[in-house]
Amino acid sequence: MDINRKKELKEIARTVRLDILEEIYTAASGHPGGSLSCTDILTYLYFEEMRVRPNEPKWEDRDRFVLSKGHAAPALYAVLAEKGYFDKKELLKLRRIDGMLQGHPDMKKTPGVDISTGSLGIGLSNACGMALAGRLQNRDFRVFAITGDGELQEGGIWEAAMFAAHYKLDRLFVFVDANGLQIDGRTRDVLCPEPIDRRFEAFGWDVQRIDGHDFDAIAAALENAKKISGKPHAIVCDTVKGKGVSFMENQASWHGNAPKKEQYEQAVRELSAQE
Amino acid sequence: MAEIGTKIETRVAYGEALAELGAMNDKIVVMDADLSGSTKTALFKKAFPDRFFNTGIAEGNMAGVAAGLAAAGQTVIISSFAMFAAGRAFEQIRNSICYPRLNVKICATHAGITVGQDGGSHQCLEDLAIMRVIPGMTVINPADAVEARLALFAAAELSGPVYLRFGRGAVPVIFDEKTYRFEIGKGVTLKEGNDVTLIGTGITVDLSLKAADILKNEGIDARVINIATVKPIDRAILLTASAETGAIVTSEEHNVIGGLGSAVCEVLSEEAPCVVERVGVNDSFGRSGAPADLLSFYHLTPEAIAEKAKTAMRKAGKKV
Repeated sequence: MDINRKKELKEIARTVRLDILEEIYTAASGHPGGSLSCTDILTYLYFEEMRVRPNEPKWEDRDRFVLSKGHAAPALYAVLAEKGYFDKKELLKLRRIDGMLQGHPDMKKTPGVDISTGSLGIGLSNACGMALAGRLQNRDFRVFAITGDGELQEGGIWEAAMFAAHYKLDRLFVFVDANGLQIDGRTRDVLCPEPIDRRFEAFGWDVQRIDGHDFDAIAAALENAKKISGKPHAIVCDTVKGKGVSFMENQASWHGNAPKKEQYEQAVRELSAQE
Repeated sequence: MAEIGTKIETRVAYGEALAELGAMNDKIVVMDADLSGSTKTALFKKAFPDRFFNTGIAEGNMAGVAAGLAAAGQTVIISSFAMFAAGRAFEQIRNSICYPRLNVKICATHAGITVGQDGGSHQCLEDLAIMRVIPGMTVINPADAVEARLALFAAAELSGPVYLRFGRGAVPVIFDEKTYRFEIGKGVTLKEGNDVTLIGTGITVDLSLKAADILKNEGIDARVINIATVKPIDRAILLTASAETGAIVTSEEHNVIGGLGSAVCEVLSEEAPCVVERVGVNDSFGRSGAPADLLSFYHLTPEAIAEKAKTAMRKAGKKV
């Protein structure tokens, strides 16, 4: 990937992370850990890969995005705002009665949200339906989705995985944000979803496993995936929950807690100082 | 041709209407979860194989995929037995279909005890309740083959989620297919009368008409109302019945909790209280048996409805 473009993406991701923290700090509520872990994937998708028109969010030929792990909504909102779907001021009304940014993505209230999600294990089914619709309508749009790794404990994921392979939904690209943690602790301790890559392979998917914070790796994985036809694509991304904020990294306790003032200020200092 | 009095399964009428609908509307996509022969979606599959998708035995995924298809502009119809459509897929229906108000029609067959021999595990008696409670959901329970067909067409015209309930067994045709106009949310008075009102839905509409015949022989003039749309319910027809007859019997092939009887009481208790007797399955599960035997066992008969009519009249201070 072009070195200058990579620098730009890193800057965008930094801004997105700062926005996520400001959203959640202002709301005094939200999920920072899993928002920060999928920030780089989301940034890459919206700023490098997806064919979208922020000024025409319902454009029928747009690529679709499904945030199956809907609790990472602050990350999606920050990316959508940065992309220009709505005013950044909205971010400060996250989770408020007078705001349009719901605790979990709501397609009826927020421009750019392609489908309402939040209850885990359903988004992959939604993504399959969108990919199927594209085929029926002879449109060439693609569907991108992000699931959690804890979310893979939901049986519905595997119903959808079976469906996507059976119907050869090769315009479906699923990123698994494998940060290794869930509310009650380490995923491998709560109910081990590994080996995630081999499980998707066994379900008939094209699978790669990468570092989910490495833009070069994401770019390469997408290029590889596009060469494979007849199979849905899973890109299992090893990530760090709370990525970018030292005291949040790899801490399950930051799954669904908002930072206090001093913590927020420290997080901003850390993110601002990073390369 | 559906001549009045002939017996036809509402699921068969649904399947045939679905194939008609497919020809009229090319946005229609149909999905089934391995029961297409029983739900009769196979008739659509045969006519429009490119717009039919079998999800295998995975009703939750079917509802979730339907939401995705609808979000991308399709009108989606999904079918399974009521137990699995409303039961297994409840949360996908609630969160993925109804919360964003997507254009998906859940067409459930094999509702209620007339599933018969398969027994209590397969006899859904809770679906009206759990579908009715979801905001924005329209719930329709057609009484016969004619109404089943028209209800499907009306549901397809409506933008948003609809739950349609069909039965396994053949039921007599009540409506004249040449003249009947079905309208979502409108009850239909099938027989006038001012002593008592019998309100049925689905298969109990025919039972209510027969109960009215029994009552007539005893000198009681019963009004009979068909409520196909359990939600949004026809408030006006209920208020008029309360004011003019003062005694009501509801009947349904469903638990007496949460279905038609409850819906009627919710309206009347606020605006026009009168005695309401509810006939249905009394908060229990079903069991195996021949459908006719089960209807007798659970007191879903014209005789039982007629008896409750007299009870309601007595409680209302009327002479019986």
